[in-house]
Amino acid sequence: MEHNTMNLNLKVWRQKNNNTKGEFKLYRVENISAEMSFLEMFDVLNEQLVVTGEEPVAFDHDCREGICGMCSMYINGKPHGPWQANTTCQLHMRAFKDGDTIVVEPWRANAFPVVKDLMVDRSAFDRIIQAGGYISVNTGNAVDGNALPINKKDADDSFAAAMCIGCGACVAACKNSSAMLFMSAKVSHLALLPQGDPERNSRVLNMVAQMDKEGFGACTNTGACEATCPKEISLSNIARLNQEYLSASLVADK
Amino acid sequence: MLDAKIPSGSLEDKWVDYKGHCKLVNPANKRKLEVIVVGTGLAGASAAASLGELGYKVKAFCFQDSPRRAHSIAAQGGINAAKNYQNDGDSVFRLFYDTVKGGDYRAREANVHRLAEVSTSIIDQCVAQGVPFAREYGGLLSNRSFGGTQVQRTFYAAGQTGQQLLIGAYQALERQIALGNVTMYSRHEMLEIVKVEGKARGIIARNLISGELERHFGHAVLLCTGGYGNVFYLSTNAMGSNVTAAWKAHRQGAAFANPCFTQIHPTCIPVSGDHQSKLTLMSESLRNDGRIWVPKKQNDTRKAIDIPEDERDYYLERRYPAFGNLVPRDVASRAAKERCDAGYGVGTSKQAVYLDYADAIIRYGKIEAGKEGRNDVPAAEVIAMGKQVVKEKYGNLFDMYEKITGENPYEFPMRIYPAVHYTMGGLWVDYELQTTVPGLYALGEANFSDHGANRLGASALMQGLADGYFVIPYTVGNYLAEEIYSKAIETTHPAFEEAEKSVSDRIYTLMNIKGKQSVESFHKRLGKIIWNKCGMARSKDGLEEAIRDVQALKREFWSDVRIPGEINEMNPELDKANRVADFIELGELMCVDALNRNESCGGHFREEYQTPEGEALRDDENYMYVAAWEFKGEHQWELHKEALNYEVIKPSQRNYK
Amino acid sequence: MTWKQVFTSSVGKKLVMGLTGISLVLFLVVHASINATVFADLFNSEENGEMFNKAAHFMGSTVLIRIMEIGLFGGIILHIAQGYLLSLENQQKRSVGYAVAYKDGSKWYSRSMGLLGTIILLFLVLHLYHFWVSARFTNKGLEESVSYNGVEMHNMFGLMKATFSEWWIFLVYSLGCISLGYHLAHGFQSAFRTLGVHNKRYTTMLISIGYGFSVFITLVFILMPLSFLLGWIG
Repeated sequence: MEHNTMNLNLKVWRQKNNNTKGEFKLYRVENISAEMSFLEMFDVLNEQLVVTGEEPVAFDHDCREGICGMCSMYINGKPHGPWQANTTCQLHMRAFKDGDTIVVEPWRANAFPVVKDLMVDRSAFDRIIQAGGYISVNTGNAVDGNALPINKKDADDSFAAAMCIGCGACVAACKNSSAMLFMSAKVSHLALLPQGDPERNSRVLNMVAQMDKEGFGACTNTGACEATCPKEISLSNIARLNQEYLSASLVADK
Repeated sequence: MLDAKIPSGSLEDKWVDYKGHCKLVNPANKRKLEVIVVGTGLAGASAAASLGELGYKVKAFCFQDSPRRAHSIAAQGGINAAKNYQNDGDSVFRLFYDTVKGGDYRAREANVHRLAEVSTSIIDQCVAQGVPFAREYGGLLSNRSFGGTQVQRTFYAAGQTGQQLLIGAYQALERQIALGNVTMYSRHEMLEIVKVEGKARGIIARNLISGELERHFGHAVLLCTGGYGNVFYLSTNAMGSNVTAAWKAHRQGAAFANPCFTQIHPTCIPVSGDHQSKLTLMSESLRNDGRIWVPKKQNDTRKAIDIPEDERDYYLERRYPAFGNLVPRDVASRAAKERCDAGYGVGTSKQAVYLDYADAIIRYGKIEAGKEGRNDVPAAEVIAMGKQVVKEKYGNLFDMYEKITGENPYEFPMRIYPAVHYTMGGLWVDYELQTTVPGLYALGEANFSDHGANRLGASALMQGLADGYFVIPYTVGNYLAEEIYSKAIETTHPAFEEAEKSVSDRIYTLMNIKGKQSVESFHKRLGKIIWNKCGMARSKDGLEEAIRDVQALKREFWSDVRIPGEINEMNPELDKANRVADFIELGELMCVDALNRNESCGGHFREEYQTPEGEALRDDENYMYVAAWEFKGEHQWELHKEALNYEVIKPSQRNYK
Repeated sequence: MTWKQVFTSSVGKKLVMGLTGISLVLFLVVHASINATVFADLFNSEENGEMFNKAAHFMGSTVLIRIMEIGLFGGIILHIAQGYLLSLENQQKRSVGYAVAYKDGSKWYSRSMGLLGTIILLFLVLHLYHFWVSARFTNKGLEESVSYNGVEMHNMFGLMKATFSEWWIFLVYSLGCISLGYHLAHGFQSAFRTLGVHNKRYTTMLISIGYGFSVFITLVFILMPLSFLLGWIG
C-alpha cells in the first residue's frame, strides 16, 4: 500500500447559528494521508483549531460507515463529494491530490435551515414520515411472517427503495430543493408491499401535502437527485409516487 | 441488593405465567402516566412506539438529529428467530440453548428463554410493519446461517438488516408522534437521572442546539442507550455512541453488571493509521462463504495470490473442524490474534488475516454453469459467473471494503482483523428489565441480561426488539400499576433543582479547566490503555497497571482538557467532553471487573486461565455469577453477586471442534 | 382531497405541466404532418404548394378544428403560466445558493426548461405574427389568393416562401426549433414520468421515443424554412 500524504486548502462555510449570517473561511491542513476518510481529515482540522483556540467546525456525523445518513457536506459542488454512490464519511482522501482546494458547504435548502457551520436541520424529513410513511400496525397484531407470500421481485424492489438513509443529499442536489426522491422512496417501499395497501391512498396524499408545507420544491425530473444519492435510489420511484398520487386523487372522496 | 425476580415454575412457563399474572393499568390511567425513553435505537424506538400505542404519555430522547440515525441502523447480518421455516431442527429450546452456550454460560436462563420465545413474534411484527426481508422465489422468507449455530435461523435484508428493522421501529415511532402519544426530543442528551424518594422520576437533558438544560418528569425512565464500546476509542460503534446515560444511572445507584464482557468482532477492516477514528465491520455473514487463512510461513511478504494452496493455513478449519469458519465470534477473534501475535499476520501492519472468496466464487460459478446445464465452461467464465453471485449476496459489503481500502475484494482476499463491536455488560436488570433503582429500566444493549460473556451473531437485533416490543410493555405496566396514584411531579421540585445544578456545575467546571489538550486526545489515550490491557487478552499485572493509568488519565483530564466555545450554544466539543469523562470512569470499572474475574469465559480472556490448546478456561465453581458493581464514590465500588443457577442446561466446556 | 388541493400541490402542478405538455406534443405532430405537405413540391413540379394550401384551408375552415384551436391556446397559456409560476416558486426554495453549482448530475437542458421555454415563447410570438395573424386577421402577404377546383383560399405556401427568403428569419426559426428540440428532449419523457409511468420497460421505450421525436421534429421544422431559403421548393 502506498502511503502518500497531501497538503490541502479548505474553504469551509462557517455560520454560528441560524440567526447569523455565515461566510467562507480558508484553512490549510497538512500531511493528510490518502488513507483517511474525508471526515477524519476534518478531525485533523478540528484538532488543529482546538489547539489554536478557534472553535472547531461543526458537522453532522455518526456511524461513519455510510448507513446512518447523518453526515452531509456539499463538497466541491456535489453532495457527499466526488465519488458515486457514496456518503461523505466513506469518501476517502484518495479522491483528492496534493495542493487541491476543497470547497465545503452545508446542504442548502430553505426547508433545511443551517443549525451551525455545516450542520442543517433535517427534521422536515421526520415530519414527512409522520404524515404517512408507515404501516399502521400496533405491536402484537401481526400474523405469521410467512402467512403472506410476497413476490420476490416486489420484495426486492421494495427493499431497494427502503435503502434510503434519509441523508437529504437529494434535496441538496435538486435545483428546486425538492424532497421527492426521499418521499417517493418511502411511498414505493410501502406501496410495493401488500401490507402497505390499505393506507396507500391517504399515505401518498398526506405525505405530498406535508412535503409542500415544509417548503420543498416540486420535482422537474432532472435526475440530479438520483445521480448523487449514496444508495442509488432510482428516479423511477418518483414516477411511481406520481402514479400513486394520480390514482389516489382520482378516487378521493371530496 | 440483587433480586432478579425470576418467576417460579418451569422454564418454558415462566413468561407465560408472568404475562398472565402481572398487574395491568386501565386505559384511562395510562393517559395520566408518563414514561421517558432515552435512546431511539431498536430497543428505544420499539419501546416508545409500543408504549405510545398502549396509551401512555411517552417522551423520547435521542442525541442525533433524528431517531432514525441510532446505531442499530448499522447492524448488517441479520436477526435470529426460532421459526424453523427451514425445517432444519430449530426450536425455541435450541435458540435458547445456543444463546446460553454461545454466551459461555454466563447468562440468565429465564431471560434467554423468554428471548427465544418472543423471537418469532418479532419477525411477524416486522413483516407486518413492512420490513422488506429477503425472500425466496416462492415469496416466503429466506434464512441464512450465522456463527455458533448449526441451523439457518437468521432473517435478513441484504447487508442492511439493522437499518430495515430500525426504519420499521422508527416509522412506528413517528406514527405515534403524529398521533400525539409520543413527544420526540432529538438533539437532546440525557445528563442526569432525577430520583425522588428513591425512585427514578425524571431526567435532566441538554438541548444540544441551544445548550440549555431541560427538566423532564416521568413516572418511569427507560434507558435504551446502547453499549459502551467506544470506551476503546476505536470500535465499530458510531462516533456518538456513549455510556453517559447508563453511567449517570450507575452513579445514581444502578448496579453495573459484567462491564468487562466486551465483544471483539472477528471480521473488521484493519486499522490503517493513527488518524483512524472508527473501525468498520464486515458482516459475520461473510464467514458463511469466505475462508479465513494466513500463510504457513512467518513474515511471509508475498502477495496473497502468489501463495500456493499448500502454503496457506486455514487455521479455523484446522482447529475447529465441526464449525470451521463459523465458530462464535470470541473464538474466531482470539484465533486471529493468536496467529498475528505468532508472526503470521499479513498486510503492512501484520495485524490482519485473509478472508478469501476465491473458492466461493468458483463454487458459485460452477453452480451457475450447472444450472445452465453446461459442463465445459472455461475457468474465466466460471469465475465471472461466480463473482456475479457473490455480488448479489454481499455486493454492498464488498463495495464498502473497496471504498475504505482501495482494494478490489473480488480479485484479492480481504484483510480483516478483530475490533470492538458490542458490549454484553451493562446496567444490571432483573427479569422485568428494572435496574436496582425502582422505576429505572434498561433495555437492549444497555442492559447486561441475555448474552452472558459472548453474544452470538444476529442476536443483538433480536434482543433490542424483544425488550422494546414484547417485554417492557408488560413489565413496566406491572410497575406503573402501583403508580396510578402518584401525580406528575412538578419539575420545580428540589430533586430536579439539585440534579440540574449538579449537571450545570460539572459543565461549568469542564469549560473552565481551559487546559491544553483536546478531548479527542484523551479519548485516544483511554482507548489505547483499555485495548492493550483490557482488550482481547487480559492479565492481572496488565489490569492493575491499567487501573493506575486510567486513574492518572482522569486526573490529567480534569486538569488539562481544553474545550473551546460556549456553554449556551451548540458545542460538540463539550458534548464529547461529557462523554469522555464518563468513559474514563467506566474504563476503570471494566478493569476492576476483569481483574476480579479470575477465569476466562466468552469475550473475557485472562491469559492466566486457558487450556493447553489455548481455549478459554472457565471456573464455574467460583465465578458462575453476575458481577454487579455498586458505585460507592470515586474509584470505589462494591461487588454484588447474582448467582446463576442453571436448572435446564448443564454447563460444559464449549466445544466447537 | 379536493380537486383544487390536487392541482395546487407540487405533484398536481407538475401534472398540469405534463398533461398540457403532452397535448402540445400531439399538436406538434399534427402541425408537422400538415406542414410536411410542402415537400410534395419535391416530387411534382406542377404542385406549387397546392396540397399544403388545401390542408391549411381545411384547418382554417373546419369548425371542429377551430374549437380545438381554442383548447390549444388554452393549453399553451396554461403551460406557460404554470411553467413560470413553478420556476419562480422552485427558485424561492433555496434563498442562499451554492458557491459551486452541481452540474454533473443532470443535463443542462433539463435544468434550463424555463430558459428554453422563454426562447420558444419569443419565437412563437414571431411565428404567430408571420402566419397566424396574417391568415386570420391582417391578411398581410396574403393579398393574392389561389383557387383550386373553384374554391378560393389563402396562398399560405406563397407566404412561407416569401417569409423564408430572408436569412435572419431562417436563423431565428432554427434557434426556436432547436430550443424546442431540447425542451422536448427533457419534457417528453418527464411528462410521462409525471403521469406515473415507472416500469422500466416503458420508461426505456419512452426515453428513446422522446429523444427520437425531439430530433425528428426539430429537423422537420428546420428543413422547411431551409428548403425555401435554398430554393429546393417553391
